[in-house]
Amino acid sequence: MQNLHLRHFKSYTATALMLLATLIVLTPLCLIFIHILKMGFSSLSLDFFTQIPKPTGESGGGMANGLFGSALLILLASCLGLPIGVLGAVYLTEFGGGRLATAIRFSADVLAGIPSIITGMVAYTLLVLPMKGFSTLAGAVALSLIMIPIVLRTTEEQLKMVPGTLREASLALGVPLWRTSLKVILKSAGKGVVTGILLAIARVAGETAPLLFTALGNQFWSRKLTEPIAALPLQIFSFAIAPYEDWHKLAWAGALVLVVIMFGLNLGARLLGRQKKYS
Amino acid sequence: MQQHDSAVLKKIMATEADTSCTRRNGADGDRVFRWLTFSFAAAVLLILGLMIFEMTKESLPAITRFGWGFVTGSNWDAVQGDFASLPFLYGSIVSSILAILLATPLSVATALFITEVAPKRIGGMAASLIELLAAIPSVIYGLWGVLVMAPWLQQTVQPWFVEHLGFLPFFSGAPYGVSMMAGVLILAIMIIPIITAISREVLLAVPQSQREAAVALGATKWETIRMAVLPYGRSGVLGGVILGLGRAIGETMAVTMVIGNTPQISLSLLSPAYTMPSVIANEFAEATNALHSSALMEIGLMLLVVTLIINALARLLIWKVTKGHKGGTA
Repeated sequence: MQNLHLRHFKSYTATALMLLATLIVLTPLCLIFIHILKMGFSSLSLDFFTQIPKPTGESGGGMANGLFGSALLILLASCLGLPIGVLGAVYLTEFGGGRLATAIRFSADVLAGIPSIITGMVAYTLLVLPMKGFSTLAGAVALSLIMIPIVLRTTEEQLKMVPGTLREASLALGVPLWRTSLKVILKSAGKGVVTGILLAIARVAGETAPLLFTALGNQFWSRKLTEPIAALPLQIFSFAIAPYEDWHKLAWAGALVLVVIMFGLNLGARLLGRQKKYS
Repeated sequence: MQQHDSAVLKKIMATEADTSCTRRNGADGDRVFRWLTFSFAAAVLLILGLMIFEMTKESLPAITRFGWGFVTGSNWDAVQGDFASLPFLYGSIVSSILAILLATPLSVATALFITEVAPKRIGGMAASLIELLAAIPSVIYGLWGVLVMAPWLQQTVQPWFVEHLGFLPFFSGAPYGVSMMAGVLILAIMIIPIITAISREVLLAVPQSQREAAVALGATKWETIRMAVLPYGRSGVLGGVILGLGRAIGETMAVTMVIGNTPQISLSLLSPAYTMPSVIANEFAEATNALHSSALMEIGLMLLVVTLIINALARLLIWKVTKGHKGGTA
């Protein structure tokens, strides 16, 4: 039997240590956040959104081409990845009882944890080598490979939450399964599905590694899908490791914009996800 | 409630009405539907298979040329065409393991604080803050690491270590700032939100009755945690830690920006190092010849195999606890 005082003392000590750990965890994260806000706001200007980077040594310039490039890459990646992810999730919900479906679920979870730089290498061998050049298209494919498993799993979770009675009612009225699934189940889960899609977009919007040898980056505007293209995270990377003070400032401004986009997407996803869909 | 139901019914009837002409073909439609959606779902298997196949195929020249020497040698010379990867393996393994050792106790303690100790509202706020931070892209951690943390390490932290602990081989040499130490710290900062989020999910899945039983026996808060909560969630938390390890090994941008990118094996935490993803990121786009890119591919293949195993293990552990309901979100 241990002394009660000792036991309480231990308990309080443990609690205090947990609080301390939480503070230690939050400190660097808050520091990063404060730095981004401080440095970002002091270097952000209208030029950032309208100009392309100036040549080495000249001050000023912006990341307009990077913003455009990121938007284009995300759009193309979504066109490729979203249908596969969402319809794949429909399969898992409707016919997903068997071993094959479990294997697909497991593969998707494992795939989501593979380093994104590997995805870039695979896109390189599949597209850059045969097409003999870095391209927007290869970058979009690399990003879509990252999106597919995320969208697949989040969408399936949302579809599973639609009450079975809805499906039964629809089927009882003689509606074929495929219409039931697409027009009743998928539509009812709509908001949740969009939440998952927004989170997947937020995830790939910040990806740098898979673009290094697919989209490559570009100091100028890109005219064709078969040309290298600039992207915001790529520009932040190359400006951060360059030895010029001016470029560091642009990198901070870029970081601020990227974080705002990221938090916006996450917040949107959260707000959509919070609304109760079924009573 | 009434309105909601009738709206659904209307929706279903509308669907039914414009199906009438195709109803004869309903069975065919369902068959097509099944195969079409199956082909999309199977794309995941295809992608995984394709990744393994392509990476293996592209690595073959390096594998046949260097054999086991590739993992035991430490000479990386693109000019001479001589490639061996031990410094990168060493850098990846050491940085990831040290980061995990640093991050795990802090993350688990934070998750415990959020779920077991803190009032619900504060816990919830801390949890969503940490989840938001998990969404920050790694290039931004790298930006902060190279422009803020590395200079701070060079001017303040590392000189202290050199002065007071410089007799140890772990803290010998000059303070560069960009170093193994910087890599470990930035990795730990990045994986803490991941391990914390998963641990929290697992701890929330521990049945309330476990806690009540312990409290009813007179256990203090800490005893409840140690005897009822942690044993129940142990394998799930372990899954989260392993998942964090997988993330640390594969992490590219932030580490590349702060670790110094020097292929050497040094015990000192102050000296620059190099990791597997970093060398790929730095050299792949400008690989000088076929053998060089094949050697980088082989490093990529090793990275792929290791992360596949780690992730499979982590998922199995997490699935076991949360019963497959929560997956793919981390």
